[in-house]
Formats: sequence, structure tokens, C-alpha cells
Amino acid sequence: MKRLRLLLAAVAALGCAVSFTAFAQEEGATFVPKIPERQSWSFAGPFGIYDTAQLQRGYKIYREVCSNCHSMEDMHFRNLADPGGPEFTEGQVQALAAEFKVTDGPDDNGKMFKRPGRPADPFPKPFPNVQMAKLANGGGVPPDMSVLAKARSYEPYDWFPADVGYAIWSMLTQYQTQGPDYISALLQGYTKPPPDFKIEPGQNYNEVFAAGNGIIAMPPPLQDGVVEYPKGPDGKPVVPETVQQYSRDVAAFLMWVAEPKLDQRKQNGLEVMIFLLVAAGLMYFVKKKVWAAVHA
Amino acid sequence: MSGQSTYVPKNALAKWLEARLPIGGLVHSSFIAYPTPRNLNYMWTFGGILSFMLVAQILTGIVLAMHYTPESTLAFNSVEHIMRDVNAGWLLRYLHLNGASMFFAAAYIHTARGLYYGSYKAPREVLWLLGIIILLLMMATAFMGYVLPWGQMSFWGATVITNLFSAIPIVGDTIVTYLWGGYAVGNPTLNRFYSLHYLLPFVIAGVVALHVWALHVAGQNNPTGIDVKSSKDTVPFTPYATVKDTLGLIVFLLVYCWFVFYEPNILGDADNYIPANPLQTPPHIVPEWYFLPFYAILRSMPDIFFIPAKLAGVMAMFGAILMLALVPWLDTSKVRSARFRPLYRPFFWVLILVCIGLGYIGAKEVTPGRIVVGQILTAYYYVHFLIILPLLGLIETPNPLPNSISESVLGGNATAMPAGAHAAPERKG
Repeated sequence: MKRLRLLLAAVAALGCAVSFTAFAQEEGATFVPKIPERQSWSFAGPFGIYDTAQLQRGYKIYREVCSNCHSMEDMHFRNLADPGGPEFTEGQVQALAAEFKVTDGPDDNGKMFKRPGRPADPFPKPFPNVQMAKLANGGGVPPDMSVLAKARSYEPYDWFPADVGYAIWSMLTQYQTQGPDYISALLQGYTKPPPDFKIEPGQNYNEVFAAGNGIIAMPPPLQDGVVEYPKGPDGKPVVPETVQQYSRDVAAFLMWVAEPKLDQRKQNGLEVMIFLLVAAGLMYFVKKKVWAAVHA
Repeated sequence: MSGQSTYVPKNALAKWLEARLPIGGLVHSSFIAYPTPRNLNYMWTFGGILSFMLVAQILTGIVLAMHYTPESTLAFNSVEHIMRDVNAGWLLRYLHLNGASMFFAAAYIHTARGLYYGSYKAPREVLWLLGIIILLLMMATAFMGYVLPWGQMSFWGATVITNLFSAIPIVGDTIVTYLWGGYAVGNPTLNRFYSLHYLLPFVIAGVVALHVWALHVAGQNNPTGIDVKSSKDTVPFTPYATVKDTLGLIVFLLVYCWFVFYEPNILGDADNYIPANPLQTPPHIVPEWYFLPFYAILRSMPDIFFIPAKLAGVMAMFGAILMLALVPWLDTSKVRSARFRPLYRPFFWVLILVCIGLGYIGAKEVTPGRIVVGQILTAYYYVHFLIILPLLGLIETPNPLPNSISESVLGGNATAMPAGAHAAPERKG
């Protein structure tokens, strides 16, 4: 009897120990990323279009901060003047393009040469090749930003039926802004790591960065006041020069970069929907009249 | 049923042509005088919708092909070139991309309608089999089309799916080498997928012609499932079916355009906007939604005796489509329509729910719990076709069938129809 009790106690103790270590391991290993919040954007919903002033501010952040490491190879300087974009004037675009040095050539001597950018040029890449990009960034390659805002998403629920409900709800409410939500949350996600979280030198903690289990190679790119915004008549910036505002502006800009025809798409969409609704209405009555004799 | 060509050429040229190639009579008997059951509901508009979608996909695809570059280092950016610099390129691509989803949605509804109303039963078995062949061709076409943008999910989807063929004993590895055009998914794979993606839609069009031909020989089924007995049971295709199909198509287009213009990327995976990288596997490889139930079946198979799990999965996945092909011979009931089959009806809806459930499991990351659910649903899928369907026909007492289609529509008062309604319908409206 005593032996049995001892055995039971041993089994119980073992069970506790096993489950405790399992629990402890899970605690140490799993990083639970913070889920980005659904934000309101000027370009969300059936009638949403880009905010030109916001895109211009976003471009300034790309120019002064992001472009040091991130390419944008599908964009040309001329796109900055496109309708439904930042809509800089042609003169402004020429000036903005000339700020960059681009490689051209070969010239008559067979040599490549540098010259100021022109509106027809694509945005130059910060690194000539992937190896150089890795070398300069501690082994990480800064992703190209051409379609970045469409290449990032997140799923807030992983349990039934919340995940299905969320998917249906997203479809019905035309939720298409996971990308900018994610980017703006990531840029604001450089918080203090939990006390037991291990970070090697050269790494950074980001509470949103699920892909790297909280560890991201990119150091916090934005600080309050780092980019100067246009001033109002009172000499103060029109919008606050804060990390939060910067994050939103650059996320909006990147959404435009990824989906430059959004304004036109929604305008055409409205025309098409009205046309189809009217056609459906007319066809309904045609059908009713044609079939009236048969249904009698 | 068909062939009652009442076509009379109206002028000398038409008469001349008709004596040499009776194409006018063919069109007239197929799309104008063709008798359609008068009780068809809107589920019967999906045949026309599918024809429209095939043409739409071919037309948008031909123009996209003019601007796309099938080369592994250029493909991704050439798609972005279409999105940015080609006139209405964004519209063409979003139409084509979402068109694939809408094509499958319509095809699945069309197939489910056939299952519900027993459209596969004699004399329509060949018609049904041709439909299954079209579905298989659509799957191959859609899969290869998804590879073309050469994003992460394109590349890794191609890797996973082509690798499946290596499970085939003896010849598997050779087949995979031919699919790849080398020893890994790469530029040769992209090239041959592009070539086949351009070819297969025309093969589909050919099989669709056979499908329509078989339909016009056997005639359409209808919601009662009983045969057409007299001309009172039918109305001419034009104008009756034409206006009804057009209305169905416009409503379908409203849904299609909702996706194209307002949420063109919601049905896709964000990872496919990351250029393909052979050195980095995405954390979660999933196919497009229309493959999810099959993907769930593939993943849910365990090792079975001497058959490794991979081969078992491939067999179960293709077997799932084979089950559909065998339905005409697995269903033992003499009654076609589920409307008069009190036992089959609930089982049909359970099957639909099981397929949706499989789709859900296919979309999610694998967990032990989900594996078990996937296995139960897969087992049920097979049980439905191999056990329930043959058994139901033997034990079920069908409800009484109406004497004729017109009786079922008019409640036994078949004479209530005005004499002019089908005597001279073309002059109406």
C-alpha cells in the first residue's frame, strides 16, 4: 500500500515537472506578436482616395530616411506627378529627381558615368547588389518597397469561428489596408523588450515583427522631429512631427507606391457598379415581361 | 429533343450558305429554337456564366501575355509593369486574377447544382464526365497561371505541388524532372508553365464545345428531374433562357466587379507580392481558396500500411475528383432530383458543409487537432460517395413525382397557359 502511494506520488511529481518544463519552454520560446490595429485611412472604403498632402509628407520621409537602405525599383520619378499620387508639379519632380545621382552610360569612351536624375529615371537603388546590401545591414536585406504595402498582412484570430467571421467581415467591409496598418504599427513597435527576452548586439526588439519572432535587423528608423514638415502661417508644422504621424504618413505613401491606380480604380468601379445596377434593374423587368405569358 | 431545326434562310446569301454549310441552322436550333424546360431556376444560369468567364479569361489573358515576360528574373517586375505602365493594365490583371476565382466559384455552384438535381444520371453521364474533365483542366490552368507572377507563393506552391508527383512509384522522379525542366523549380519551369497556361484554355474551349453538344443531345435536366414529355413542358431558348441567363450574368458581374474594383487582393495571399526567393521558405504555404479542400485532403493522409503518407495524400486528393466522376454509377436511385428524395437532401447539404470544412482546414496551419478534423472530414467525403450514395437509393422511399413539368409548374392546371405563349414566343418582348 505504502509502495503504491509512493509510486503515485512519484508519477504525480513527474507529471507536474514535465508539464511545468513544457510550459516554461513554451513561455521562453514563443513570442506573441502585437496585432496591428485597424486604423482609419483616407484611401479605405469604396469612396476613399489618397490624401495628396499626406503622400507628399510620406515621400519626404522615404527620401530622407527609407531611401538610404530601401529600393523602390518599380517607381519612376515621373510617377510623383501622376494624378492620384503626391501630385508634385513637373518642375518639382525635376528638382526632386535631380537630388539623386543615377548611373548612366556607357558614354562614347565606353565608361559609365553619374548624372543628376531625370523624371523618366527609375528610383536608383541604394545598394548595387544583394551582397552589398547584406554587408551594409548586418546580414539582412532591406526589402524593396515597390509593393511592400501589399506584401504585408496579419491575421488577428487563429481560432474558429472568429477567423472565419473576421474573413467574412473583412470581405463585406472591403478591408484592404492590412499593409499600411502593419507598416505603421511596425514603425511604432520598437518598445522595451520583456525582461527575459534575449537580444544579440546589432539586433532590435519589435513587438509587431512576427516574421522574426520579435527580432528585427532594422534599427528604429524614426524619432520625433527627425523629418521637418511644412509649416503653417504661424510658423508651426501643420501636422505634428512625431513618430506616430511619420509612421502613418510613410505607410500611406507606401500604399500609394504599391497601388498607384487606386483612385482611378475606385472611380471606374463606381461607374461600373452604377451601370450594372441599372442594367440588372432593366433586365429584371425585361425578364418579367417576357416570362409573364409562361407564368400565367 | 434537339435537331428540330425550323430555320428558314431569309435571303439569297443565307440560302446559298445554308446549302453548303448549315451553320445558320445550327445556331438557330442550338440558341434560338432549342427547347428548354420551362421550370429552370437561377441555378441553371451558371452554364452561360461559365461560358462568359472562359471567354473573359481568354481575352484578358491574351492581352496580358502581350506585356508579360516569362523569365524568372523579370516576371515579377513585368507584372508590376503591367500594373503601372500599361494602359488599363491594372484593370486587365485584376480582372484576370479575380476572374479565376469567380470562374471556380461558378464551376463549383454548377457542379453542386448537378449533384443536387441529379443531372449526372442517364442519359447525361457523358455530359457529366466532360464537365469533370473541364474541372480538371481548369485546375491545371489555374495552378500554372498562379505560378506566372513568380512571387513567393507562386514559387513555393509550384514546388509543393510538382513535388507531389515524385510520390508516384518508379516513374515519379522522372515526371518531376520533366515538369521542372531541370532538378528544381526554376526558369525552365516558368517557361513551360507559361506555354501550357496559354494552351490549356483552348483545350477547355474544345471540351466545352463537346459538353454543350452532349447537353443538346440529352437536353437539359430541370428542378423536378423528370423528363420533358411534351412541348408544353418547354419554352424556346430565345427569348426565355436568353433573358434569364443575361439577368443572372449581370448579377454575377456585380459580385465579380465588387472584388475587381474594391478589394482586388482580398482573395489572394499577401506573400505573393514578395518576389520568389528559392532560399527562403514562407512560414505558411497555402494555395488559392479554390484548391483548399483538396489541399486539406492531401495533408490529412497518414502512412497506410506500405503506402507512404505522401503517396496516400496524392491518391486521396485525385480520388476526391474521381469520386465525382463516378457519381453516375455510385448513385443507385432512379429519381434524379433531390426535391423528391427526402433522405438524399440532408446528406447533400452535409456534403457541402464537409467540403467547406475541408476548405477551412486547408487554409489553416497544421495542428494535431486540425489533422484529426481533416481526417474525419476526408473520411466522410469518401463515405458519402462510396457508402451513403449507393445505399440511399436502396433504402429511400422517394416522394411522389409530378406527372409532367407543366403540371408541377401550374399545379395540375396545364391548360392555364395561353396558347400563344410557346406558339410564337419570338414575336414577344
